Amino acid sequence: MQKVLVANRGEIALRVVRACRELGLATVAVYSTADEGALHVRRADEAVCIGPPRAGDSYLNAEAILRAARETGADAVHPGYGFLAENAAFAAACRDAGLVFVGPTPEAIEAMGDKAAARRLAQGAGVPTIPGTDGRATVEEALEAAAEVGYPVLVKAAAGGGGRGIRAAADESELAELFGHAAQEAAAAFGDGSIYVEKLLVEARHVEVQVLGDEHGTLVHLFERECSLQRRRQKLLEESPSPALDDETRSAMTNAACRLARAAGYTNAGTIEFLLDRDGGFHFIEMNTRIQVEHPVTELVTGIDLVKEQLRVARGERLRFTQEDLELRGAAIEVRINAEDPARAFMPSPGEITALELPGGPGVRVDTAAFAGWRVPPFYDSLIAKLICVGADRDEALARTRRALDEFVVEGIATTVPFHRELLADPAIQAGDYHVELLEQRMVAA
Amino acid sequence: MTTVKSPFPGTFYRRPGPDADPFVSEGDEVKAGDVVGLVEIMKSFHEISADAAGRVVRFLVENEELVDVGQDLIELE
Repeated sequence: MQKVLVANRGEIALRVVRACRELGLATVAVYSTADEGALHVRRADEAVCIGPPRAGDSYLNAEAILRAARETGADAVHPGYGFLAENAAFAAACRDAGLVFVGPTPEAIEAMGDKAAARRLAQGAGVPTIPGTDGRATVEEALEAAAEVGYPVLVKAAAGGGGRGIRAAADESELAELFGHAAQEAAAAFGDGSIYVEKLLVEARHVEVQVLGDEHGTLVHLFERECSLQRRRQKLLEESPSPALDDETRSAMTNAACRLARAAGYTNAGTIEFLLDRDGGFHFIEMNTRIQVEHPVTELVTGIDLVKEQLRVARGERLRFTQEDLELRGAAIEVRINAEDPARAFMPSPGEITALELPGGPGVRVDTAAFAGWRVPPFYDSLIAKLICVGADRDEALARTRRALDEFVVEGIATTVPFHRELLADPAIQAGDYHVELLEQRMVAA
Repeated sequence: MTTVKSPFPGTFYRRPGPDADPFVSEGDEVKAGDVVGLVEIMKSFHEISADAAGRVVRFLVENEELVDVGQDLIELE
């Protein structure tokens, strides 16, 4: 492996280019015509234009990306997150073209991408799942399962994802009524009308475990990230360790994550997501078979560079550390700086950044591909920067994040910086006492 | 004669989903507030509605065309 094509854009493409540079690997950036002059393009050794602005014509265009790899002589592809990162067919196409795909095997991506199959795999590995129907159900099976686990329940499209195709039913009559609609809608939206039902866990927390495996049978976890602060199922703040886990639960959850990843024959970096209920029980939801947006939080508390480890594992190296070598030290918090206007219901806010001053000093990291004079295009995700702060303990990490947000200046477009300043001043957040519904409840109340 | 304008830059869609019927077609009568299209901006979809009643004369942009903020989308009379 000598030359890595980075099949992504923005901060994550730049993050991968930097990791490659540190490992002495050459890099190829790809870009749409909307990203000419973008920083990830300028920082890479070579760059290839792969199409017009719409993602379907460029960053999701597998053929154009493979052609760029061939033309530049790249021998590996790093997909970043989003776009083609969890597309098993793309991973297989890379392999067929003789390229190293920096991620798990296409088989592992596929196995974890099918929710019902992933749930069965979890149960087989002794990992608790959310009580409900085992995979797709008829309306009779759904009603029976709901009566057993108790209302409210969630009605979910088996083929849905990213929060789409989910409805809540408060009682039997609502479930009976919703079921038909949901099946019809799922058939139209996803081409598959299969529905399953699971218990709605009220005011649960979203806690996920980072895993990393090599191709020689070693797999470790890198502890957890707490990601309960979400708006419309989009994470806004993440931290490690989770303020909600005691040592016993942490140990049980991380062990469960490793069992499931091993059962899936998982290699490279991945994340196993759990819901933690109010009684301290945890339940597997899904696995993300890629590097996560919030991976720096884990890097800052473990000292492990996850993207470099991904590249090392992909070129066949053994992990250079065992589980016993890993330790969670201090606390880290990430806030997502999006081009969205919190004063206008988080309305997207693309356009030219006229001035940019990034925070710095001890314990502060900013992952961004933004610069003054850059025009944020309207075609892609609104994330423009991640601010990640580490401290000896959670109080120091919180104080650093607040201090760094005070230093953060973006002019020309609206961003979520003011929202985060308020969030970090909130007593519930400071106490670590929050859950996945909190932000939405607050917004309704306001 | 009046036009429906895009409040944001992004991608214009005439239909709610790839296999669905268009929101409106040429010749249709619309009321103020009727949804006439979608604009996708930063992965989120926003409904575009007519701000006055009228009849759809013609579309000034194609389905899935990139539009700018303030660009004319649909002519109404």
